Amino acid sequence: MTALVLRNICKSFGKVEVLKHIDLTVEDGEFVVFVGPSGCGKSTLLRVIAGLEDATDGTVEISGKPVNDVPPAKRGIAMVFQSYALYPHLTVHDNMALALKQEKQPKAQIEARVAEASRMLELGDLLERRPAELSGGQRQRVAIGRAIVREPQLFLFDEPLSNLDAALRMNTRIEIAALHRALKASIIYVTHDQTEAMTLADKIVVLRDGVVEQVGSPMDLYNNPANQFVAGFLGAPSMNFLAAEAVGGTSGQTLGIRPEHLRITDTGPLSGSVTHVEWLGGDTNVLVEAGEAGRITVRAFGQYDIEVGAPVALDFDAAQSFHFDADGARIRG
Amino acid sequence: MNKARRNPVNIAAAHGILILYTLIALFPVFVILINSFKTRKAIFRDPLALPDAESFSLIGYQTVLKQGDFFLYFQNSMIVTVASLFFVLLFGAMAAFALAEYRFKGNTLMGLYLALGIMIPIRIGTVAILEMMVSSGLVNTLTALILVYTAQGLPLAVFILSEFMRQVSDDLKNAGRIDGLSEYTIFFRLVLPLVKPAMATVAVFNMIPIWNDLWFPLILAPAEETKTLTLGSQVFIGQFVTDWNAVLSALSMAILPVMILYVIFSRQLIRGITSGAVK
Ligand SMILES: Nc1ncnc2c1ncn2[C@@H]1O[C@H](COP(=O)(O)OP(=O)(O)O)[C@@H](O)[C@H]1O
Ligand SMILES: [Mg+2]
Repeated sequence: MTALVLRNICKSFGKVEVLKHIDLTVEDGEFVVFVGPSGCGKSTLLRVIAGLEDATDGTVEISGKPVNDVPPAKRGIAMVFQSYALYPHLTVHDNMALALKQEKQPKAQIEARVAEASRMLELGDLLERRPAELSGGQRQRVAIGRAIVREPQLFLFDEPLSNLDAALRMNTRIEIAALHRALKASIIYVTHDQTEAMTLADKIVVLRDGVVEQVGSPMDLYNNPANQFVAGFLGAPSMNFLAAEAVGGTSGQTLGIRPEHLRITDTGPLSGSVTHVEWLGGDTNVLVEAGEAGRITVRAFGQYDIEVGAPVALDFDAAQSFHFDADGARIRG
Repeated sequence: MNKARRNPVNIAAAHGILILYTLIALFPVFVILINSFKTRKAIFRDPLALPDAESFSLIGYQTVLKQGDFFLYFQNSMIVTVASLFFVLLFGAMAAFALAEYRFKGNTLMGLYLALGIMIPIRIGTVAILEMMVSSGLVNTLTALILVYTAQGLPLAVFILSEFMRQVSDDLKNAGRIDGLSEYTIFFRLVLPLVKPAMATVAVFNMIPIWNDLWFPLILAPAEETKTLTLGSQVFIGQFVTDWNAVLSALSMAILPVMILYVIFSRQLIRGITSGAVK
C-alpha cells in the first residue's frame, strides 16, 4: 500500500503561487526527504499534507484514503516541528500523552506507549520535567517521542535538526535513521541541508520555487542530475560550473564537474593559480582561479602541500562531467 | 547593562529625573492622605502640615462610613470594574485571536473597524446609549455600566492583543491541532498563558479610567443602590458647602483597591511593556 499520494497539489497565498502542480508518491516504509533552498515551499507542502493548510487544488491521499476534508488529528499523521513546539505548561510525560488522551485511548495503553517511547529515546529521567527545564537536544527528543507514541501511518519532520549544534545534529541524524529502521514507518523529512538529505533518504524530492525538479534515490540524483539546479544543490562542495567554451566545448553550454572529479596535474585542459586551500585532514579543498573558466573548487583526497599562488593544471574525465544548456536543462549523450 | 557601559553621571541623572517625577506624581496623593486625617480647621490653616496631636481627627472617615452606604458604593465599583475587565479581556482576546489566526475575507478591514473605537471617544454616543438603556430597561443597573465599559475597553484590547497573538509560535498551535485539541483549547490553554503580560497591560490601562469614571454612573446609574464610589463621594461636594474631611477620606479609601489590583498585575505589566514580544 502507498503511504501517501499527492495529485496535482497547488497552493496560493493570495496571488502568490507557492506550490505548483505537485505529484508525488510515498511508498509504505519509505524515508522521503524534501530538500530545496529556504522559501521554496517545503514547509507549506508539509502543512498541506498534515491538513494545517488547505490545498488550493489537488488531492491528498494517505494510506489509500482521500483526506482533503479530514482534520489533521484524524489523518493518521504525526509531525515534529523545527521549533519543537512542546506545550510549555505540560510535563514531558503529559506532552507525549496528550494526543492519546484526546483520542480517548485506555489509560494502560497510554502509559505503555509513553514508556516505550521514552525507553527508545532515553527520556526516562526527564518525564516529570517541563520543556523549559530541558536542553535543545532533549526537547528535540521529546518532540520526536510525542510523534512516536501516536503510532502514525506517516511521520512528518520539518527541519528537526536545524536548531541543534553540529555535533548533536550528527548524533540525532543517526538516531532518526535508527528509529526509521526500528519502526519501519513511512517518513517525510524536510530539510534545506543536502547532507541530511543524502544521508537519510531512500528517496529525495528536490524542490525549487514550488516545483518538483527531480525525484530519485540519493545516488541517482548525484550520478544523474536532471538539470543544473539539482546538480548544483546536491554534493558538497557543490559542483563547478564553467562555460563549455573554456575547454573547447560548444558555446552557450555549461559544463559541470564535481570537485572530487578534478585532478591536479602538470598539464590539463584547465590551468590557473591557487587562491585558497582548506585542509580538512581527510581531504583538501583547493580553490583555483582558472582564467576564463572562473573559480574552480578541487576536492583532493588526502593531505597535500599546496601553496597559495602556485600555478596548477586541472584534468578530468569527460565521462564524469555534465553538460547543461542555457536554460540549465541537462544535455545527455 | 555591563560595567563598561555604565556611566555614573548618566545613572545619577536618570535616577534624579525619575525620583523628581515620582515626587511630583505622588505629591497630590500625599496631600490628600495627610489632610484626610486632620480637622477641618487644620486643613485650611496649613494644608501641607502633617497631622499632629492637636489637628489629628478621624471625623472625615466617620462621616463617610455613617452617611450614605459607603460599602455598597464600594462594592458596586468593585463589581463594575472587575466584571468589565473580565469581559474586555475575554472578548478582546477572542477577537484578537480570530484576527491574528484566521485568514478570512475582510480580516484587515474588520481589524481596522474594531480599532476605530480607539480614536472615537465613547462619550460622543452618550445620548444614544442612554436611549438604548432606557428602552431596554437597563437604566439604574450595574449591567448598563458593565456593558458600556466593556464596549469602551474592547478596541484597545483587540488592537494590543492581536499584535501579541501574531507573535505566538504557529508551530505550537499547529502541534495542538495535530494532537486533536479544539480551537477553544488551543486558545485557552496554549495561547492565553503566553500573552499574559499583554493581558495585564490591557487590564491596567482599562482599570483606572473605569474605577474613576463619574460620567456614566451619573447618567446611567445614579440610583442610590447602584451608585459607584466616585459618584457616591460627590454627595460631600455641595454647591455651597463642601465637607472636605469626608471628600478627602473617601478619596483616600478609593485609592486602595486600585493599588491592590495594580500590584497584582504590575509584574506582568512591566514584562508586557518592556518585552513587547512573547516567545
Ligand atoms: N501563511 C502564509 N501567507 C503568505 N505567504 C506564505 C505563508 N506561508 C508561507 N508563505 C510563503 O510561501 C513560500 C514558501 O514558504 P515555506 O513553505 O515556509 O518555505 P520553506 O519551508 O521551503 O523554507 C515563502 O515565500 C513564504 O513567504
Ligand atoms: Mg520551512
